[in-house]
Amino acid sequence: MNGLSKETIKELVLGQKYHFNGTFYTARDQAHKRLNDLIDQGKNLPFNLDGSIIYYCGPTATPLKKVIGSCGPTTSSRMDNFVEPLLKNGLLAMVGKGQRSRKVIELCAKYGAVYFVAPSGCGALLAQRVTKSELVAFADLGPEAVYRLDVVNFPLYLAIDAKGNSLY
Amino acid sequence: MNKNLLKKKIDELVYRSAFELPEDVLLAIVSAYRKETNPKAKDVLKMIIDNAKSAKDNQLAICQDTGFPVIFIEAGKNVKITRSLIETIEKGVALGYKSNSLRASVVDPVQRSVFGFDGLVWHLRFTKNNKTKITLLPKGFGSENKSALRMFDPTADWKEIEQFVVDSVKQAGPSACPPFVVGIGIGGTADECLSLAKESLLSDIRILNPDTVLRKHEKNLLQKINALNLGPMGFGGKTTALAVRIKKAPTHIAGLPVGLNISCHALRRASVVL
Repeated sequence: MNGLSKETIKELVLGQKYHFNGTFYTARDQAHKRLNDLIDQGKNLPFNLDGSIIYYCGPTATPLKKVIGSCGPTTSSRMDNFVEPLLKNGLLAMVGKGQRSRKVIELCAKYGAVYFVAPSGCGALLAQRVTKSELVAFADLGPEAVYRLDVVNFPLYLAIDAKGNSLY
Repeated sequence: MNKNLLKKKIDELVYRSAFELPEDVLLAIVSAYRKETNPKAKDVLKMIIDNAKSAKDNQLAICQDTGFPVIFIEAGKNVKITRSLIETIEKGVALGYKSNSLRASVVDPVQRSVFGFDGLVWHLRFTKNNKTKITLLPKGFGSENKSALRMFDPTADWKEIEQFVVDSVKQAGPSACPPFVVGIGIGGTADECLSLAKESLLSDIRILNPDTVLRKHEKNLLQKINALNLGPMGFGGKTTALAVRIKKAPTHIAGLPVGLNISCHALRRASVVL
């Protein structure tokens, strides 16, 4: 699967495994709080959310001569209350681990967005699928900063489709 | 033991725990993989096995959550617990996390802003042995967040405890990264039963509980947990837990505390004996 668009996500099948090539932005708890605050205050965001995919991930420090450290998904449900403002700004997909709230499932249907789960506790394996990693924002957050990741052959399973059906 | 040598040994514990899945855990996952018939669950178990190999070969952490460092000291007669010993262990842990590019996941709970490696949690037990064992358990928080405590009545039926354990594991769900190792502590006080629950994650899961009554309960609980059909990533299958381990301690006539501490499939631990 190469990239995602408003149109292509409608064809994705719940529970199916995909090998994704494209771009993720990492963001977890604190970055979500900040993105929500910036939206609340009507300020500019550090990256364009429109058509973007957010990966709930805080990688380890990057070892010497490596693209990225271990980089598996973190628990998605902690981000549930921060999702709607991002969807309003065009967020297309979320990647993480575990179930989402009823509200997030409904929001996926409302905004035509999807949620994938990535294999959890497999951060070393997933690091091999990242070809480029670049700091985008909130450097002071350390592992919780926002990074842009180019990924190849990244394993994903569709856990909520754009019609609001959930795997869990 | 000389301070520098001890610091180096602790640094090695960090290395081993971050990059090398313990043999007993890996073998249990391989065995789960072999008997699994649900293709999705099998596929995930295969990735978990490949991940362990990839971590070791490439010196990439098994999981990006390199955990909250919990230190267990089983102090024998040969070692004096001193300020200097504790500081040396602290320095060894910090060195290991830094030199191996592990994640600085430890923050001030109120300000949330200082990322570091300070603030270990300590468990200390005294034994009559002539050896002292130091174990590092880097505890991931996806599973730690699913910890549970219930103060039962002393007259509670074992079935109630069983129900509490099975419900808690069900509640933990896919975000705690099954297949789990489920640690249970029974007795003591509220804090003590949770400590016991965590300590029970340290024992080699291939070795049966020496307490035959607890062993029987562990076996029954494992069957009930695996009947939940949660499985790897919540995709179902035969293995929701790799093992259940129970530890007990004397408690008060008015109570029956039961604590539950779950480990994800990446149960990382490493020990050194002094």
